[in-house]
Amino acid sequence: MDLKLDHYTEGDTEIVVVEGEIDVYTAPRLRELLIDLVNKGNFHLVVNMEKVEFLDSTGLGVLVGGLKRVRAHDGTLDLVCTQERILKIFRITGLTKVFGIHNTVQEAIDKRSSK
Amino acid sequence: MATITLTISALPAHVRTARLMAATVARRAGVAASAIDEIRLAVGEACSRAVAAHKVHCPAQPILLQLIDGSGTDTSSEPDDGTAEKLLRANGITTRRFEVVVTDRAPAKGSEEAANPPPLDGLFLDGDDTPPGGISGFSPGLGLAVITGLADEVKIEPDDEGTVVRMSWPVLPEPSPDPGAN
Repeated sequence: MDLKLDHYTEGDTEIVVVEGEIDVYTAPRLRELLIDLVNKGNFHLVVNMEKVEFLDSTGLGVLVGGLKRVRAHDGTLDLVCTQERILKIFRITGLTKVFGIHNTVQEAIDKRSSK
Repeated sequence: MATITLTISALPAHVRTARLMAATVARRAGVAASAIDEIRLAVGEACSRAVAAHKVHCPAQPILLQLIDGSGTDTSSEPDDGTAEKLLRANGITTRRFEVVVTDRAPAKGSEEAANPPPLDGLFLDGDDTPPGGISGFSPGLGLAVITGLADEVKIEPDDEGTVVRMSWPVLPEPSPDPGAN
């Protein structure tokens, strides 16, 4: 399955909805979207990965790149993911310590708001 | 032993084809269902690494993917080093292996890749550091680290003529016939 991207605003947070496969072929599109959102002043991002069917290291690199960009503006990039097969690659690479990974979009927003 | 060989052009779009084929062949070979996702991801990583290297060094050259099903009986195509089909014997039970070999022709010498992937810190390329002709977002070191974390056995052989990544997983033993059945 190809990659589908969508995004919407919830308060001061931009929610990015990703569906399909994030790999070496499709990841550049996600990267372009994250860069575009940051360039437009969206510094608090939540990437909803509940409908992601495949994620490789290229996708991880894009997410880390997005995190670096929002942090440059004191922003945040959190993830929503409960799928074990996707979480596994975050664990293998140690990125569970880098990203806030949440069960729902609302949980991600609430956790940031409470900090 | 049965071998399926796939040759792909160095294009990111073909990586998906390679990993889907690897997952299909692995399932047919009898690899545990829990390892199929690992194989899909590891093969994708190996092919992504090869595609990225070819795009920089030799974009016209193809990349070779070999899927070696250790559950058959034909040993004529087994490599000299015997890594294709390892028969591990424990408690009298023979364990066959499913091996994937990804061979590229991009010179590895002088690149940042190595047989032993470096630590993860600072390896991420987010596009700003992408070399000319490279693939944005791709980090070869991270890909090799993921392969190492996923495959049951991994051997990475870089040299001047290219890199060979060998990965293998055990094949579930076939159920022994019930001696009481008649």
